[in-house]
Amino acid sequence: MIQNVIDGVLTGSYLSLGAIGLTLVMHILRFANFSHAELLSLGAYAALVCDALVTALAPVLAIKLAPLSLTWALGLAIVLSMVLTGLSAVVIDRLVFRRVRERGAELSMVFASFGMALVIRNIIGLIFGLSPKLYSQEIAFATVLSFDPLILVKPDQVFVLLAALVLMFALHLVLSRTTFGYSLRAVAENPALAQINGVNLARTIVAVWLIGGGLAAVAGIFYGMSHQIIPVMGRDLVLPIFAATIVGGIGSVYGAVLGGFIVGLAGNLALLVLPAGYTPSVPFLLILAVLILRPHGLFGEARA
Amino acid sequence: MIGVISYLVFFATTASILAIAVLGLNLQWGNTGLFNGGVVAFFGAGAYGTLILGGAAQAGHLGGYGLAYPLALLGGMIAAGLMAWIVGLLTLRLRHDYLAIATFGVAVAFENLMRNAEWLAGGAKGVRGFERPLRSALGDGFIYNLLFFLAVLLILIAVYLFLERLVASPFGRLLRAVREDEEAAASLGKSPARLRLTAFVTGSVILGLAGGLYGTFYAFVSPQDILPTLTFQIWAMLIVGGAGNNRGAIFGAFLIWGAWTASGWALSRFAPVEAQLYTGSLQFVLIGCVIVGMLMWRPQGLLPERLVVSQRGKPPSVQ
Amino acid sequence: MAETVLEARGITAGYVPDLPILRSVSLKVAAGQVTLIVGPNGAGKSTLIKAIAGLLPVSEGRITLDSREITGIRPDQLTARGIAYVPQTDNIFRGLTIRQNLDLALRGAGAEGTSRLEALLAQFPALAEKQRDRAGTLSGGQRQFLAVAMALATAPRLIMMDEPSAGLSPKAAEEVLIHARGLADEGRAVLLVEQNVKQALRLADHCYVLAEGRNQLDAPARDLLGDTVLGEIYLGKRRLAPESGAA
Repeated sequence: MIQNVIDGVLTGSYLSLGAIGLTLVMHILRFANFSHAELLSLGAYAALVCDALVTALAPVLAIKLAPLSLTWALGLAIVLSMVLTGLSAVVIDRLVFRRVRERGAELSMVFASFGMALVIRNIIGLIFGLSPKLYSQEIAFATVLSFDPLILVKPDQVFVLLAALVLMFALHLVLSRTTFGYSLRAVAENPALAQINGVNLARTIVAVWLIGGGLAAVAGIFYGMSHQIIPVMGRDLVLPIFAATIVGGIGSVYGAVLGGFIVGLAGNLALLVLPAGYTPSVPFLLILAVLILRPHGLFGEARA
Repeated sequence: MIGVISYLVFFATTASILAIAVLGLNLQWGNTGLFNGGVVAFFGAGAYGTLILGGAAQAGHLGGYGLAYPLALLGGMIAAGLMAWIVGLLTLRLRHDYLAIATFGVAVAFENLMRNAEWLAGGAKGVRGFERPLRSALGDGFIYNLLFFLAVLLILIAVYLFLERLVASPFGRLLRAVREDEEAAASLGKSPARLRLTAFVTGSVILGLAGGLYGTFYAFVSPQDILPTLTFQIWAMLIVGGAGNNRGAIFGAFLIWGAWTASGWALSRFAPVEAQLYTGSLQFVLIGCVIVGMLMWRPQGLLPERLVVSQRGKPPSVQ
Repeated sequence: MAETVLEARGITAGYVPDLPILRSVSLKVAAGQVTLIVGPNGAGKSTLIKAIAGLLPVSEGRITLDSREITGIRPDQLTARGIAYVPQTDNIFRGLTIRQNLDLALRGAGAEGTSRLEALLAQFPALAEKQRDRAGTLSGGQRQFLAVAMALATAPRLIMMDEPSAGLSPKAAEEVLIHARGLADEGRAVLLVEQNVKQALRLADHCYVLAEGRNQLDAPARDLLGDTVLGEIYLGKRRLAPESGAA
């Protein structure tokens, strides 16, 4: 039970990071972006490549930050991957989504995102192969917190949780303390009014993709650190992340954070009552429950 | 020669079944603007429903009701409709992303349930032991397949005619009104949510019909048949053919299924053995590019939405 | 004659292509004056303001600000050039606090930001008291003042208000209109759309009458007070301007 809660919180930390970007995009660009989870894969693989590059260029950085399995090189790779993934999200928007948007076919954006998801996922598979990859070949030993009941925690897990919380807090500060943050919230609430108050809409959309892509990269890397990196990870993560945004209420950043943890916990606690094979269905059950009990989510507002 | 013809019959049967599914999706997306992200769940409900209701008793899972075939098929359609009704009831009042996400979720959960619940539908092994209707009279040979194809073709034509009339009817005009301007439709005193629900359920029943025929054709269904791939394929057919145009939907089904089959064959034949593992990935990249490319450069599809006959050529099935 | 700040000539615009709401509408707005636009429902008053603010594409015609062309410029750039627009409804960000609304509007103010904020808070004491509250909690009249304060935060040459008194109590409505007059007296150009015609005519300098997307008439505001022409246009009795427009 306690072990399930710990694992759930850990899962929640990367789901939340993924859901934040998704909820922002869904709110500001008004479409369910089915390719958002592919940004997680993109980030995970980008970090893999950057890690190898950094290690090759500066072997000194391959030292581990004990007790973590994380090396300095991978730490640097995480930052590089955030930038690269954010830029990729901007480029994808330029090449595809913006064109569809400017044709006025807002509903078609969903289709376009599904198509993009297929393209990105399978190109990753073609480049990196279908077999799983790991950031560190070493087996990370868990610290035993308690023998009865048996509770295991890996140092990496603690790092992932803390890093996720730090990122979320940083985003909170940006949104609640800076005029840049106000402009993001303003565009989400009323794009036309934001514009006549001097907000550059196109630039804000770029910022949203950068933030969403950056956080997605971290989420993907943390998923890779906790599990493994595979080309189809986006396919497995897309529903949990969507569930997190719906549980929290589409458009609410704080809702996405809470929703991510709820989905993570629910998935792990479900293991107590359901066979493991059913775990992929849990996010859908949560979506159903929220739609029945509180259709606009925990923090959401009704909006047409 | 007979080999080629029998392959063509096989191909045309599958394409016609898929065309029925595309018509169902066209009612939802093309005519009403409803995004169904879980086409395969409704298709699958039809297939599983038909096979479980109409099949012989199986050890370890539901089945053996031995219903007469038409009733079994109807049962499959009802299963699909029921699922659509529940999902629609919960999401159609909300902004459109909810339907997209919930239907996508249904497909994931449906496949997951079918894969794991052995007591329900045989789990990963799927549902076997279904005897195709009239098999004892007609045997398993070419004649049976030919007659089955003709039956499917008749059903396809019937569905097409039904939808053409529906779209031209006052109800069809209301659906387009809801799609174009929900407030205006509401001001006519019609509940947009109810109209959408009707269209969504009707479309899903047609998807269920296609699924039932698909299950019948192979006399077998397993979780491998209801992977998200099929959802993408059916969409690509609709988008390429022309959303909103029933002829376009049928045309798209044959075109994309032809292209998919041909590319799969070409890749398996000409790609080096060590790359065979990746031919699937390549096909997905292609289909993704087709969807995105069409939306960017020809969003109206090859046969755009019009109630008048298009100049671009007739869909093969009507010739 | 006062200095012309904004001039629109032959504006044709609408929400969707090929379906213009405005047909060849022209108007001038001068500094230090309140210019009023009136007309029956559906006349295109709000559409005209939105087109000037850059929120709708202008298919024909030219708009100039201080004799420089501004047709087709993005709304945020127009704000930076000195055009402020207070929409009729949804004119504040309900999810942000009052202070955050103001800070957002003050983003382009640079070094002057602090002094402008102080001036605005002094001018609107009711807002100063509630700085930390969410703007969604304000009353109708207070929202209108917050919206005006946000418009003023950009130190505009021209301020456009779309029915600022709509939905307010008579007292609050009068307060808002008097405030609009005050803004003009400080030297700004004020463009006002109002349904409250009599009250607005009393404080306006010049008035344009629109109907069916066209100019019908324009005259000094005091000439229209008590004139029956206005009522006739409202009731549709008077023949509308010919197809060529009044430009």
